Amino acid sequence: MIEIINHNIDVACVLKSVEDPSAGGIDVFIGTTRNHAHGRKVLVLEYEAYQPMALHVMNTIAEEARRRWDIRKISIVHRIGRVDIGEASIVIAVSASHRREAFEACRYAIDTLKKEVPIWKKEFFDDGEVWVGPEES
Amino acid sequence: MISVNVKLFAMTRDLVGVGDLNLSLPDQSSTSALMSALLSRYPQLQPWRHHLRIAVNNEYVGDNHLLRNADEVAVIPPVSGG
Repeated sequence: MIEIINHNIDVACVLKSVEDPSAGGIDVFIGTTRNHAHGRKVLVLEYEAYQPMALHVMNTIAEEARRRWDIRKISIVHRIGRVDIGEASIVIAVSASHRREAFEACRYAIDTLKKEVPIWKKEFFDDGEVWVGPEES
Repeated sequence: MISVNVKLFAMTRDLVGVGDLNLSLPDQSSTSALMSALLSRYPQLQPWRHHLRIAVNNEYVGDNHLLRNADEVAVIPPVSGG
C-alpha cells in the first residue's frame, strides 16, 4: 500500500496491509505533528505534495527497501492537507521474517523519504507561518 | 524553440505567485538554462538558487539534462515530508 491521502490515516489498516504468515515481526513508524518547533508553539501543520512524483518516489523507496533487506511487505501512507497536533502525517509499516530487517528497512524508508519525496510542510504559529526550510525537517 | 510547463511548490510558489507557468527556451536547452531563465524572470528566487532541485517527468535530473518540448518540469525546493 503506497498512498497519499488527505484525511486521517487508519493505522490499523496500514498494519493489516503488511500482515504475512511468514512474517515474525512488523516494524511501524508513525510521524506525528508536534506542538513545538525551534522553541515556538506550533498550532497546526499543513502538507502539500507534488503527487505524481511523490508516489513515484515512495514506490522507488519501497522497491529499494525490498532489494536491500529480506522483508515481506512494506506500506507507506502519507497524509496531506491540514494535520492537527498529535495526528499522524505518515505511517510506514514493514513486515519481515526477522525483526532486524524490519527495523532497518523501516528506518531506511523514513530517512530516505524525508530527503527525497516532494512533499512540503508549513508550520503555523500564533504570529505567522513558515514553510520548513533546508536545515530542518 | 521548445515549450515546457514548469510547476512550482511551497515557498517558491509563494514567491513567484503562481504554481504553473510556461517557458519557451531554445532547442537543446539544459536544466541549467531553464534555471537561469527562471531566476532572471523571477529574481526573488535568487536566494534559493542553491537549494532548488529540478525534476523532469517525475525524476530528479542534473544541471546538464536536456529538455524536450512538452516536458513537465518541477522546481523542487527543500522537501519536508514525513
